[in-house]
Amino acid sequence: MTMIFGIPVQALMGQLLVGLINGSFYALLSLGLAVIFGLLRVINFAHGAQYMLGAFTALLLLTVGGVNYWLALIAAPLIVGLFGAIIERTMLSRLYKLDHLYGLLFTFGLALAIEGTFRYFYGASGMPYAAPGALTGAVNLGFMFLPIYRGWVVIASLIVCIAVWFMIEKTKLGAYLRAATENPALVQSFGVNVPLLLTLTYALGAGLAAFAGVLAAPVYQVSPLMGSNLIIIVFAVVVVGGMGSILGAIVTGYMLGVVEGLTKVFYPEASNIVIFVIMAFVLILRPAGLFGKDA
Amino acid sequence: MAGKSEPIGAEQVAIHPKAGPIQLVLLAVIAAALLVAPQFLYPIFLMKLLAFGLFAAAFNLLLGYTGLLSFGHAAFFGGSAYFTAHAVKVWGWPPEAGILLGVLGAAALGLVMGAIAIRRQGIYFAMITLALSQMFFFFCLQAEFTHGEDGIQSVPRGRLFGMFDLSDTMTMYYFVLAVFIVGLLVIWRFVNSPFGMILKSIRENEQRAISLGYSVSRYKLGAFVMSAALAGLAGGIKALIFQFATLTDVGWQMSGEVILMTLLGGIGTLAGPVVGAGLVVTLQNYLATSDFPVTIITGVVFMVCVLVFRRGLIGEFFASKLGRRLGFRSES
Amino acid sequence: MTAPLLETAGLQAWYGESHVLHGVDLHVHEGEMICILGRNGMGKTTTLRTIMGILRKRTGRITFAGQDLMSVPLHKTARAGLGFVPEERGIFATLSVEENLMLPPKVADGGMTVAEIYDLFPNLSERRNSPGTKLSGGEQQMLAMARILRTGARCLLLDEPTEGLAPVIINAIGDVLRQLKQRGMTVVLVEQNFRFAAKVADRFYLMDHGTMTAEFPVSDLPNRMDLLHRELGV
Repeated sequence: MTMIFGIPVQALMGQLLVGLINGSFYALLSLGLAVIFGLLRVINFAHGAQYMLGAFTALLLLTVGGVNYWLALIAAPLIVGLFGAIIERTMLSRLYKLDHLYGLLFTFGLALAIEGTFRYFYGASGMPYAAPGALTGAVNLGFMFLPIYRGWVVIASLIVCIAVWFMIEKTKLGAYLRAATENPALVQSFGVNVPLLLTLTYALGAGLAAFAGVLAAPVYQVSPLMGSNLIIIVFAVVVVGGMGSILGAIVTGYMLGVVEGLTKVFYPEASNIVIFVIMAFVLILRPAGLFGKDA
Repeated sequence: MAGKSEPIGAEQVAIHPKAGPIQLVLLAVIAAALLVAPQFLYPIFLMKLLAFGLFAAAFNLLLGYTGLLSFGHAAFFGGSAYFTAHAVKVWGWPPEAGILLGVLGAAALGLVMGAIAIRRQGIYFAMITLALSQMFFFFCLQAEFTHGEDGIQSVPRGRLFGMFDLSDTMTMYYFVLAVFIVGLLVIWRFVNSPFGMILKSIRENEQRAISLGYSVSRYKLGAFVMSAALAGLAGGIKALIFQFATLTDVGWQMSGEVILMTLLGGIGTLAGPVVGAGLVVTLQNYLATSDFPVTIITGVVFMVCVLVFRRGLIGEFFASKLGRRLGFRSES
Repeated sequence: MTAPLLETAGLQAWYGESHVLHGVDLHVHEGEMICILGRNGMGKTTTLRTIMGILRKRTGRITFAGQDLMSVPLHKTARAGLGFVPEERGIFATLSVEENLMLPPKVADGGMTVAEIYDLFPNLSERRNSPGTKLSGGEQQMLAMARILRTGARCLLLDEPTEGLAPVIINAIGDVLRQLKQRGMTVVLVEQNFRFAAKVADRFYLMDHGTMTAEFPVSDLPNRMDLLHRELGV
C-alpha cells in the first residue's frame, strides 16, 4: 500500500474528499452570507436554518408530493428564497436604519424559531434522503473509489459559486448590486428600485443556503438542527476570508474545508476546532481577513 | 445599507434614572422582598434567578455600556462552572476558593478571547466571540475533567469560610443573595467610575475617543475581562446551586439566552438584565412541564424585542409617563 | 408665460431633529439654467437632495412637469425626468468607467447616446475599462454628469460641479453646460464659484439659513454685486 507521511494514500484521499465536500458547503454558505452582508449589512444568523429548510423542503417534496431530487434542487431554493423575501419585506427591512447588530439578533431569533418549530414536529433525529439513482455508486479512480454523489456535490457547488460570482461581477444586475453596496441612496436616485434589490438579495442568499441544504440531504441526514452548528463554523470561515470579496468567500470556504479534512488525518482530536484556531491566527496576523479590504 | 446608525443601547442614554427618594424606597422594598422571598417561593428557583440575573448584568456591562455584543459569554459562565465544580469536588477546595478559581479562570479566558476579538468591531466582534466560545465548547466536550456529555455531577456545596454549611438551602440562598448584591454593586460602581465613562464615550463615538488619546483597545479589553469575570462569578455560584456543571452552560444557546435576557429587560440599564433574566427563567420553569419547546418562544420573543421593543421592559418603563412621574427623568 | 418645469413652494426639510430648510420657493422653466448661491451650510445641497427625494423628512410642495413629487418614492423620481449629480460625484469604486456610465436606467427617450457622450468627453472613452475611482477629480465630475445625460432626464440637479477642480477643467465643464443648454436641458446649479456661475446661469437665487433671500436674472447681476459681496464674501 502506498503511504504519504506514514498515512495510506487511500485514507488521505478519502479525507481530502470529505474536506472538499465540507468545503463545498462552506463555500456556498459563506458566499450567501457575503452576498447578503454586502448589500444589507446584516449577518444572516438564520442562514443555517435556511440550509436546513432547503433539505427539509426537498424531503417533504419527495415524501408528500413525490417530487424527485432534480426538481427539488430547483424548487427548494425557490421556495426558501420566497420565504426569505417575505421575511425581508415584512420584518428585516425595518432594521436597516439601526445598529447592524439588531439584524444579527433578529435573524438569530428567526433561526431559533424555525429550528424549534421543526424540532417540535419532526424530533431531533435525522431522516435519510436517498441520492438520485443516476448518482449512486462509485467510480474507481485507481488510487481510491469516488462515490459519484460526492463528486457531484463538489461539481454542483463549484458551478453555482462561479455562476453567482459571474452574475455579480459581469452582469448589469450585478453592477446594480455592487453600486448599491457602495451608495444605496444614489443608486435609488438613479431610478433603481433598491428596496426590491435588497429583497431579491436576501432571497438569493436564502436560496443559496437552501441549495446547499438539498445537496447535503443525501450526504448527511436531514435533521432540524443540521444547520445550527454549521453556521458557527461558516461564521469563522467568513471572518477568515473577510467579507469584502465574493471570490474570497468562495476560495476560503473550499480551502478551510480541505484543511479541516487533512486535520482529521493527521490530528483528529483537533479537527473540529481547527477552523476556529485558524480564525484566531488570521485575526492576530491580518485582522481584516485574507481577502478583506475593510479594516 | 451604508450610512451612520445609532449604536446599540443608545436609545437608553437619554433615560438614565437619577437616584431620588422614590428610587431608594423602591430599592428598599426590593431588598426586603428578596430577604423574605424564600418563604414564599422555591429557594432553588430564586437562586437560579439571582445567578442568571447576575450573569445578564455582567453581560450587559459589555453590551450596554461599551456597545460590544459578545455572542460567547457562555464560555465564561459555563467555564467558571466547570472550574468551580472541579476544584470543589475533585480537589476538595472550600466553596469560596472554588468560586474564586472560577472567576479567575473566566477572567483569564476573557483576556485571551477578548484580546483576539477586539481586533475587529461590531458585527465581526459578535461572530468572533461566537466562534471562539464554540471552540471552547469543543474543548469542554473533549477534555477529561469535564466528563464530556455527563458533566461534573454531585458537586458538594461545602462549608463557606469553614463556618456556614451551604448544604442547608436557606444558608445557601442568603449566600447567593449576598454574592448577587456584591456583584451588582461592583457593576454599578464600575459603570459610574471614570473608566465606565470612557467606555460610554467609546460606545458613542469610537473615533472621537481615539482622537482624544484614549487607548480604546485597552479599555475595551478591560471591560471584556471585567464582564467575563463577573459572568464567571455567576457561573461559579450556579455550579454550587445546582451542584453540577454541564455542556449546556458553555453552549451557544446559553450565549443567546443571556442576550435575550438583557434585550428583554433593557440594554444599558442596571435593573433591566435582572428583570429580563427573571422573566426568561420563569418562562423556562413554566414551560418545562409542557412539551412545547422553549426555543420557539425564545426565538419569537427575540424577534419581537428587536422589531418593536428595543428599549426592553425597564427602558420602556423609564421612558413611560409613569416612569417619568416617579422620577426616572431624562437627562438632558 | 407657461408653467415652470420644476417648482417648489414652502419646502421644509429636516435632518433627524435639526430643521434645515425653512420654506424654499423656487421655480425653473424648461430650458432655463438657474443657480443657487450661498455660503456653506445654508441649505443649497439639502435643497437638491430634498427635491430629488433622497431626504424624505420634508413638507411643502414640489411639482415637476405638472406632477406632484412629494409622495413619489425615491426610485420613481428619476423616472419623472429628474437627474441628480451629487457634490461628492458618487463614482462607484467597484465599477469600471463604462459600468458607471451605463448604470442609471434610461428614463426617457432623447438622452445622449454613448457615442455622443464619448465625443463630448473623450477622456472617458480612453479610460472606459479602468475602475471608476482611478479617474482624476475632473474626469470623475465629467463621468458623474455624463452618466445622467445618457438617461434622457429633462432636468439636471447639479451640485457644485467645479469644487476642487483646476481652472482649465472648470472651463471645460462650462463648455459642457453651454452645450447642454443648447440642447434644451433644464439645469438647477448649486455653486460657490460665483464667477463660474455668472458665465452659464440665466437666473440666480441667493440662499441663507434655509430660505431664498433674493432672486434676480443674470442681467441684474451688476446691481447686485454689493449684496453678493456681503453675503458670499466674494
